[in-house]
Amino acid sequence: MSAHAAVDHAHDDHGHHHHKETFVTKYIFSTDHKMISKQYLVTGLIMGIVGIAMSLLFRLQLAWPDHQFTAYEIFLGDWGKDGVMDPNIYLALITIHGTIMVFFVLTAGLSGTFSNLLIPLQIGARDMASGFLNMVSYWLFFISSVIMVMSLFVESGPAAAGWTIYPPLSALPNSIPASGMGMTLWLVSMAIFIASSLLGSLNYVVTVLNLRTKGMTMTRLPLTIWAFFVTAIIGIVSFPVLLSAALMLIMDRSFGTSFFLSDIYIGGEVLHNSGGSPVLFEHLFWFLGHPEVYIVLLPALGITSEVIATNSRKPIFGYRAMVASILAIAFLSTIVWGHHMFISGMNPFLGSVFTFTTLLIAIPSAVKAFNYITTLWKGNLQFNPGMLFSIGLVSTFISGGLTGIILGDSTLDINVHDTYFVVAHFHLVMGISALYGLFAGVYHWFPKMFEGRMMNKNLGYVHFWVTVIGAYGIFFPMHFIGMAGLPRRYYTNTAFPYFDDLSDVNIAITIFAFITAAAQLVFLYNFIHSMFYGKKGSKNPWNSNTLEWTAEVKHIHGNWDGPIPEVHRWPYDYSKLNKDESDYVIPGQDFVPQHIPLQDNEEEMHH
Amino acid sequence: MTGLLALIVVILFVVTIWQMSKIFKLSQLKSKSEDAQVATDKDNRINGKLMIMFLVFLYAITIYCFWNYSKFYLPEASSEHGGSYDTLMFISLALIMVVQVLTQALLHYFAYKYQGKKGNRALFYADNDKLEFIWTIIPVIVLAGLIIYGLFTWSDIMNFEEDEDAIVIELYAKRFAWEARYAGADNTLGNANVRFIEGANTVGVDLSDNDAMDDVITSELHLPVGRQVIFKLRSQDVLHSAYMPHFRAQMNVVPGMITQFSFTPSKTTEEIRQTEYMMDKMEVIKEIRKEKNKKSIAAGDGPIDDYDEFDYYLLCNKICGSSHYNMQMKIVVETQEEFDKWVATQGTVSSKLVAE
Repeated sequence: MSAHAAVDHAHDDHGHHHHKETFVTKYIFSTDHKMISKQYLVTGLIMGIVGIAMSLLFRLQLAWPDHQFTAYEIFLGDWGKDGVMDPNIYLALITIHGTIMVFFVLTAGLSGTFSNLLIPLQIGARDMASGFLNMVSYWLFFISSVIMVMSLFVESGPAAAGWTIYPPLSALPNSIPASGMGMTLWLVSMAIFIASSLLGSLNYVVTVLNLRTKGMTMTRLPLTIWAFFVTAIIGIVSFPVLLSAALMLIMDRSFGTSFFLSDIYIGGEVLHNSGGSPVLFEHLFWFLGHPEVYIVLLPALGITSEVIATNSRKPIFGYRAMVASILAIAFLSTIVWGHHMFISGMNPFLGSVFTFTTLLIAIPSAVKAFNYITTLWKGNLQFNPGMLFSIGLVSTFISGGLTGIILGDSTLDINVHDTYFVVAHFHLVMGISALYGLFAGVYHWFPKMFEGRMMNKNLGYVHFWVTVIGAYGIFFPMHFIGMAGLPRRYYTNTAFPYFDDLSDVNIAITIFAFITAAAQLVFLYNFIHSMFYGKKGSKNPWNSNTLEWTAEVKHIHGNWDGPIPEVHRWPYDYSKLNKDESDYVIPGQDFVPQHIPLQDNEEEMHH
Repeated sequence: MTGLLALIVVILFVVTIWQMSKIFKLSQLKSKSEDAQVATDKDNRINGKLMIMFLVFLYAITIYCFWNYSKFYLPEASSEHGGSYDTLMFISLALIMVVQVLTQALLHYFAYKYQGKKGNRALFYADNDKLEFIWTIIPVIVLAGLIIYGLFTWSDIMNFEEDEDAIVIELYAKRFAWEARYAGADNTLGNANVRFIEGANTVGVDLSDNDAMDDVITSELHLPVGRQVIFKLRSQDVLHSAYMPHFRAQMNVVPGMITQFSFTPSKTTEEIRQTEYMMDKMEVIKEIRKEKNKKSIAAGDGPIDDYDEFDYYLLCNKICGSSHYNMQMKIVVETQEEFDKWVATQGTVSSKLVAE
């Protein structure tokens, strides 16, 4: 395989050809993976601002349901008349918050950014297999983002059936007005998003398989690349299923089919639909929906592996076990979707099967957590902001993952299903963890994205510490109101006096949410400021082994000015000693980059 | 308690500002070298300490939440299967808390202990099959135990056997209300479909079906204590979910199909009101509502609803539209005699619908 790659690259090695670039080809319709990755990141961050702002609005409503806020009037217009939030817009806010955060921020913003940036750079390729498809992929993502944002301004309101858009609610405009135009735009936006994601994923897979530089065997790939590669495969397997579900829903809505509808009486009349089943939609949705969790999480775990190893100055512990658990998680993730449907009316026997597979997935996850902890052990930890966020990720991954043992158990799910316990669980294990992965990646690879400029570390520290405290402050107490039986997606809990004693907790959660959101402004400031005025660091600021740090600091199309470096070792030779253990392999330097050949005084390990 | 929470927040905020100003001051002193934004020994020291402090924070918030919030956990289950549900829940909770406390301690302690310092040498330690094996096999064994226990409980709850005197009740969901249909003397529900909905026949009973004649349709759910109830759930419009938290019972209601769930109520409404748990809770809630009432009257919104006594409730737990948050039904668990008396006053389908 690697010999084959070398042939592919032979023609590249004559050096880089300079093309004349205009503003349009450089910044807008760029086919360069580094620029596309930045486009993904910036679009993802903007969507993130929208998504988080929405969460603040509905947290206000949840904490002080009887209070009038001018903020509603300002941001929601007629939906917030006299400072009172309309129940329909509350549902729309939670729906679009979920959609934006899961798909637009954590799928495209995280995986899109770092797969694009790192795959070519870390495997030693001049660009993606198809720069053009890559560009198309980004622009489809952009169009779908624009459509999603546009749907916020529809007169009848944006989609409001929950991010899972279960029919019949999402299929019948006379159930909620938002299921009219708003829902149509949601579906169109997601269909385009899926196309974008598929083009991107196919490109990643082909690139990883075919364009590795000489010597870069699969077992020498950094764990980031393994994670992106497997993520892309899961995406290719599961996203098309969501596309078909969306198409069938469009048919039900507009062309009178009955895939998901049957025996419905609404608005004073019986609909003609017969024979369909909403449970079918749930199956199709979660066949993507659950792997989606890992599409979000695996890239974050990949980034963490790389950042923790580099900053611990130690090899990642159990490289093979890490790869094996990524593969195991990926495989299992496609056969656990039913754990979202234990009480959907699905056959209880299937519930048993899905409980079994779901709890199985805890095993590779536990292995990963233990391996991270062991990597820290006896390290020489450099607390750069990226490293802090990686450790934070391991912490929330454990806390959030453990409650999955309760939710994955069909019996226990009966009484915590769709309560705030679920909300706390998935925000910690997938939302917060993946966001930490995103932040770790941005801090760590910022110099690679912005030609050597680095983000301010002190602002990074402030950002990290306020965020970790705030995130636990939000989601830890949330488990308890969930176990009190408080349902999610309730506009207000005042209709149940029984929940009155929980309102203090809701207030505390909202306060923490505002503090945490404020900390993200520090990040934004740091990001924008450093983009233009950040201090330039050295070519390899973190003393890392992977290939991207051998590429030119200045962005050129083709990444390396000269020939592509050849790889002679795995990427984790940190603090490796020479044969007589008198010094590091390279005296005075505790890392041996991948392109350095085996030294005379060095013992060859099995990597 | 709000006061205490507010105080904590203020303190945290002040500490944050103070730390930020300190950090800004520090950042003024940064060297001109190109490594200015790479962590120094000093950064490692500060952040290492913060890691330990964070661990303390994590434990503190855990203890605080368990101390103050564990009373929110629902009262002892009012259904027969609820006991085994709670046992399984507590075993799982205890287990995950042990793992949580230990792993978080290791993670943050290692971060503190091995904070970087110039001249320190990390250990090149890439693999250990034995360790990997240990922490694969331990979760396997523990999870196997949980899975087996969980599955037995699950199958007991879901694959229930029908008692001879089981009572069959249809729970009928529509936006945004519930109705109950009792099977009546023959204990057989008459056929029903949304296509039969007309006028007063709101749940779509097939009036030509003889089984339907003795059915009783009500807007409150009354259950005789100690007798198995088999719920048949039906929705007329969108997805709903019938959630009865105190009975550890929940099942989605799906238009176009009939789902089912069963439990045996074990505590009457009267009994649960007398429990210490409920009396304490009601006292707290009454106190809160008194305050609320005062505020509401002062704001000119009039008095709020009374809430003097606890009642079981059924709530909708699947997003179904604008009033989803208020789709509820009162549940009364009572003795057989009380139940019979109540049913007799409700009127059957034949008397209410056919007679018209």
